[in-house]
Amino acid sequence: MAEFSLPKNSKIQPGRHWPAKDAKRPRTFRIYRWSPDDGENPRIDSYEVDLAACGPMVLDALLKIKNEIDPTLTLRRSCREGICGSCAMNIDGTNTLACICAIDKVASGDVKIYPLPHMPVVKDLVPDLTHFYAQFASIKPWLRTQSAAPDKERLQSPEDRKKLDGLYECILCACCSTSCPSYWWNGDKYLGPAILLQAYRWIVDSRDEDTGARLDDLEDPFKLYRCHTIMNCARTCPKGLNPAKAIAEIKKLIVERRS
Amino acid sequence: MSTNAKDLRNPLKRARGLGSAQSGVGHWWTQRVTAAALVLLGLWFVATVLSLLHADFATAKAMVTKPWNALLLILFVVTMFWHAVLGLQVVIEDYVHTRWKEVVLLVAIKFLAVLGALAGVLAVLRIALGV
Repeated sequence: MAEFSLPKNSKIQPGRHWPAKDAKRPRTFRIYRWSPDDGENPRIDSYEVDLAACGPMVLDALLKIKNEIDPTLTLRRSCREGICGSCAMNIDGTNTLACICAIDKVASGDVKIYPLPHMPVVKDLVPDLTHFYAQFASIKPWLRTQSAAPDKERLQSPEDRKKLDGLYECILCACCSTSCPSYWWNGDKYLGPAILLQAYRWIVDSRDEDTGARLDDLEDPFKLYRCHTIMNCARTCPKGLNPAKAIAEIKKLIVERRS
Repeated sequence: MSTNAKDLRNPLKRARGLGSAQSGVGHWWTQRVTAAALVLLGLWFVATVLSLLHADFATAKAMVTKPWNALLLILFVVTMFWHAVLGLQVVIEDYVHTRWKEVVLLVAIKFLAVLGALAGVLAVLRIALGV
């Protein structure tokens, strides 16, 4: 059956509390901690951070904790401006990018931070995205053509270019896929919203000539049809995209080519 | 889905799996068509049942013997079981991850659906044809 409760070694324990001294605007961050090296269960450490001496985003607070309080805190980050997708994590119950999530916008009370849900954890807030990236590679996400390569670039009308808007902005942060219950239960076979949106990005590209083969590869009860339009993907996407709509468009095209 | 250090296969091997089944659209489309049919048939069925409130046995029986009512009742029963078995199949595929249980359940619901649909059709026919 699907796993509805955590296995014994995954049950989360209370962890260490790090109080702030003489803070003007203290706020507590409750953060998931797990290390593969100590054989311990995961725990929740809480850190008091002085927001008066901290940048506005959750990532600023995490880096402040790492730099000034507890250097063992492990997380991924790179661009700190919402374009690389590295700092995707679950903040206050919603998958988002820590770098563009304002601390003040997080509902009052403690700020609760977990890694992306239902993924193997490498350490602390770092999930293992190996399978996710392999799924991305499996859709062959590049321009596939039959015609001979032209001397110059392949042209595209402004109208056709417009069809890529709302798709090309995806940064593969995995917020949507890891928010999807269908991906939780069947992620081994279901491609998930992020990869299907990327697949549609190439299906709808006027320059790509392998549309039929792309649809062939997707027409599968698990790869595509595990999407039950739950819509968590569209709700959580930090870039405001709608993967569910892209998936619906793929389903429509597969129906269309039969009749 | 977890990464197994002992598994020496490339992650792409696992992601590609057994490849595409090249099917699924039939199931998806049929589920939607039967849903649309059930909206209409369901409205008719509820209205008909409501009209039989406080009616006696003979009146109810007379209702079923009318050709149009018998036809729509049969359609309703068949479509309902058809739609139900498609939906249940998805639920089982989603949540039952022990292979033998999954296969047994998938076959069992199909048997039960056919049994239920045929029993319903036979019941309507017996009344409608008076045999």
